[in-house]
Amino acid sequence: MAEEVKLFRTWSSPYALRIVWALKLKGIEYETIFEDLTNKSPSLLQYNPTHGKVPVLVRDGKPVCESLVILEYVDETWKHNPLLPQDPYEKSMARFWANFGDDKLMKSIWQLFIAHEKDQDVAAVAALENLKIVEEQLKGKKFFHGETIGYLDLAFGWIANLVSILEEIMSLKLVDGERFPHLSSWIQHFIDAPVIRDCWPPRDKMIIKFQVMRENYLAAATPK
Amino acid sequence: MDGEVILLDAYASMFGMRLRIALAEKGVKYEYREENLPKKSPFLFQMNPIHKKVPVLIHNGKPICESLIALQYIDEVWHDKNPLLPSDPYKRAQARLWADFVDQKVHILGRKIWSAKGEEQEAAKKEFIEALKVLEGELGEKPYFGGEEFGYVDVALIPFYSWFHAYETCGNFKIGTQCPKFVAWAKRCMQRESVSKSLADPEKVYDFVLILKKHFGVE
Repeated sequence: MAEEVKLFRTWSSPYALRIVWALKLKGIEYETIFEDLTNKSPSLLQYNPTHGKVPVLVRDGKPVCESLVILEYVDETWKHNPLLPQDPYEKSMARFWANFGDDKLMKSIWQLFIAHEKDQDVAAVAALENLKIVEEQLKGKKFFHGETIGYLDLAFGWIANLVSILEEIMSLKLVDGERFPHLSSWIQHFIDAPVIRDCWPPRDKMIIKFQVMRENYLAAATPK
Repeated sequence: MDGEVILLDAYASMFGMRLRIALAEKGVKYEYREENLPKKSPFLFQMNPIHKKVPVLIHNGKPICESLIALQYIDEVWHDKNPLLPSDPYKRAQARLWADFVDQKVHILGRKIWSAKGEEQEAAKKEFIEALKVLEGELGEKPYFGGEEFGYVDVALIPFYSWFHAYETCGNFKIGTQCPKFVAWAKRCMQRESVSKSLADPEKVYDFVLILKKHFGVE
């Protein structure tokens, strides 16, 4: 019996891309519902009443929220082509680094992105330190788990696309080949992978969107 | 066999209590090592260089940091006794989301109650009660968040009960009268030996909060 799988997402969300890639890797058919977060659909609010956030994966009417939780749900529901390692310790390390990516790395890069010029140097130090930590994790590996794409690659996927967009807007290169050879190499392997490469949102639209976001943040922040 | 299990912890840490409970539920023998917070030992920095926080579970020399990650690790390694996460993927996802809710709401708001003043503290108190009411709603008529069995969300949440006295004293309010269902659930959990032996004494938690307040320069 065909089960009904729906993904509520926005066109630009890096978190939603994780799920798009995961479902593609598992060969799962699903329906995409694009949401406008300024005008959320009744369906979305029904499935995610607490936050109304995206992405939300709905399978046979049952919703799952939070992209990293969705990734594990996808992996546990469709067991072929596993995303997470089988070994409990390796699995724990994957979860740890995914959390680090969201809680520390992404936050520090975002802080740099919305920083006033005078605060940029300090913000850059934190972002570079966190990138260095990720660089260490990639030593001797093509992808985070070895030879094939897995959970952590999907979790860090935003680095391969969003970061270059933010860099272009800031006119500031963070992930350069000299300082981050392993990360740069990983980015190239990741974006070249067939299952990954056709899913990126339109770059020019992303640049406009994030440019506007940055301007709004800089205007709103009270200078010291 | 279990292998060598060390728990690097601090008596009053609600996150450490989660792991104490889980290890007790699974009947795992381990060595408990106390960190003298807020001072941190070189060993802690070595075992958790990224976050420099307790608890750290060290199994056969390999450290696992972040309590919910370590909790899942314990459940997976010692999976044959008292499973904490359900086996159904949808129910597992819900359990993970609720545990995250505990971290994002109960913990962060609780911390604001003892560390903030004035309007910020009042707002935190109000939101804290609201969060507990949301949890009461999720619990419904079930004995535990895990359903008939004590489970992952119960383990994630019950340690905060030992901090209620500190929250109430610092915030000058009563939690139990506003959330009787929550307290009934907490008392049910406390009847489990794994919980009653793992939770810190509320008075000692309050003493610890006073040390933290001094350390962070909070009046």
